[in-house]
Amino acid sequence: MLEAYIKERRKSRDILLMTHIVMGYPSFEDSFDIVTQMVEAGVDLMELQIPFSDPMADGPVILTANQNALERGSTVQRCFEFAQAVSTRFYIPFLFMSYANILYKYGFDRFSDKMDQVNLKGAIVPDLPPEEGDDYIRAMKRNTLDPIYIFSPETSDERLAYVSSFASGFVYCMARKGVTGRETAFSEDLATYLSRCRHATALPLAVGFGVKEKADVDYLKGKADIAVIGSQTIRIVEENGVAAAGDFIHSLL
Amino acid sequence: MKNRGYYGNYGGAFLPEILVATFDELEQAFENIKTDPGFWNDYEALMSSYSCRPTPLTFAGNLTREFGGAKIYIKREDLNHTGAHKINNVMGQGLLVQQMGKKRVIAETGAGQHGVATATMAAKFGFDCTIYMGEVDVARQRPNVFWMEQLGATVVPVKTGTRILKDAINEAFRDWVSHMDTTHYVLGTACGPHPFPEMVAYFQSIIGTEARQQILAREGCLPKRVYACVGGGSNAMGLFSGFLDDPVELVGVEAGGKGITSGQHASRLSSKEASPGIAQGYKTYFLQDDDGQMRETHSISAGLDYVGVSPILSHMQDQGTARFESATDMEVVAALKLTLRKEGIIPALESAHAFARAFKEAPSLSPEDAIIINQSGRGDKDIFTVADAVNDPKWKEFIIGKAAEYNA
Ligand SMILES: Cc1ncc(COP(=O)(O)O)c(C=O)c1O
Repeated sequence: MLEAYIKERRKSRDILLMTHIVMGYPSFEDSFDIVTQMVEAGVDLMELQIPFSDPMADGPVILTANQNALERGSTVQRCFEFAQAVSTRFYIPFLFMSYANILYKYGFDRFSDKMDQVNLKGAIVPDLPPEEGDDYIRAMKRNTLDPIYIFSPETSDERLAYVSSFASGFVYCMARKGVTGRETAFSEDLATYLSRCRHATALPLAVGFGVKEKADVDYLKGKADIAVIGSQTIRIVEENGVAAAGDFIHSLL
Repeated sequence: MKNRGYYGNYGGAFLPEILVATFDELEQAFENIKTDPGFWNDYEALMSSYSCRPTPLTFAGNLTREFGGAKIYIKREDLNHTGAHKINNVMGQGLLVQQMGKKRVIAETGAGQHGVATATMAAKFGFDCTIYMGEVDVARQRPNVFWMEQLGATVVPVKTGTRILKDAINEAFRDWVSHMDTTHYVLGTACGPHPFPEMVAYFQSIIGTEARQQILAREGCLPKRVYACVGGGSNAMGLFSGFLDDPVELVGVEAGGKGITSGQHASRLSSKEASPGIAQGYKTYFLQDDDGQMRETHSISAGLDYVGVSPILSHMQDQGTARFESATDMEVVAALKLTLRKEGIIPALESAHAFARAFKEAPSLSPEDAIIINQSGRGDKDIFTVADAVNDPKWKEFIIGKAAEYNA
């Protein structure tokens, strides 16, 4: 259960870190290496993205990583094998991130059974809002997996409450409009929005989109439970190689 | 999200959370105009003074004699301002944008017709305009890119994915999730999340409404069959809308490309190669692999080169209320040449798909029967592609000469 894990871990830490990788980018070996370094550097949770040909909510960095992973032969089958390998080896919770079609094609029931089998804890599917999620939610709950829902700065208070009613594990708060991988202003507006989120749910809050350095992570202390680092790790690995992943995580703590 | 717009199993609104409020606003605005009788009058008045509506229904006497079967009529959407049916949808959405008080429009485009129409509307209404277009399409539709830019739009070549229509749609969504406060996304076809399929079909229904009246006035009876090409499905839905309650067979013609067995085509409903999926915010038949990754598509016509298709048409396919066929690149070029020679009419390569199929079927119908082919657009824009397809030596000489002038 993600919620209990996060709350327990928060007793001794001001904020937790969740990082993101695209499975099979730059290769499955590198992906494994990156996960190893991140876990050893102290990451608390990880999002494993199954690449999709049309990742609508992702910006250029993650989009290109998706494409490259697919060109290099990343398949859903191999992603499940990879997820099993890391979840067997490391004792932090791993989540899947992907787009609705990947789950739909596999079959929501079969997909969640398989997730459970390889010891994943939850999933983030940005193009599957609660209104379209009946089959998905049922399948996830049946395996006591957490469907992670998303709040955005555009979400009204009424809808925050509505979305919360489906959420479990934690809630993912987008720090701003737009796609992944752009600058975010860590400002008063963000604080106001996060306090709206805090009122809407008792679940832990994760904040992502534009979180890329220690100052951002520090800013979120006291306002959220988890800082999510997405595109920035991919950039770091692209610029400085796989071996830089661990140092990057250390620099955030 | 109150109403999610399902057609049987297809449609829906698979939206990222950030866009939910924007779609709620759009749906409300669309509901308001649908129930406002003044709106449709304003729309028709605009289309008759700005875009040559009603467009004629032309009897194609020479083609009729050529095939010796059904009487062939052509609905002339090519005579619209900007040269295609796309303007019907665009002007409708333009009026809606004015009501919503937004100041910027964005659009995807494949053939460039929808991009030109949107840039035209933006110029007329005073909106800022950005058009996303796959790099491959930018290369094959340069004349339309030129006009979009002259009309004041910014054209952004999309270099990601397959670099064609679906990738342009993804980029337009990426723009929209950053700028929805000021910006409306003028989606160009009857696809995407609710309310787009319904809304685009609503504005395009002007085609079918006119065509039905025109054929009744001319023939005193309904046509036996009506034919339209199917990219996303907007011109087909437009024509079909006029005949939904009639004993008229509705035939949609998809891009057969280099042949279904070649794998290089865009036949979603007429082949067994597509399956239901969820992408670009809606559920429909997509050309995809077993993992759910979208496949590459091919067509000689940029406007039919798309992996998905209108959820309304997917439902009609399941229900058997419309029939779907395909025409290959070669058949299309032959149909285009014949129509030019026999009728002095230049269909767009997209439209020529409907012609090719109608020509195949016309001889087996009775001379008492009438059929209507929707000429969704004019072929002038395809001059480079057609010149290559017919391998015209004088055109090549001209281009080489022109290039030499620029190089001098
Ligand atoms: C002339 C013409 N016909 C048809 C189409 C296909 O679109 P739809 O299926 O939405 O009518 C296009 C699209 O660009 C077009 O330009």
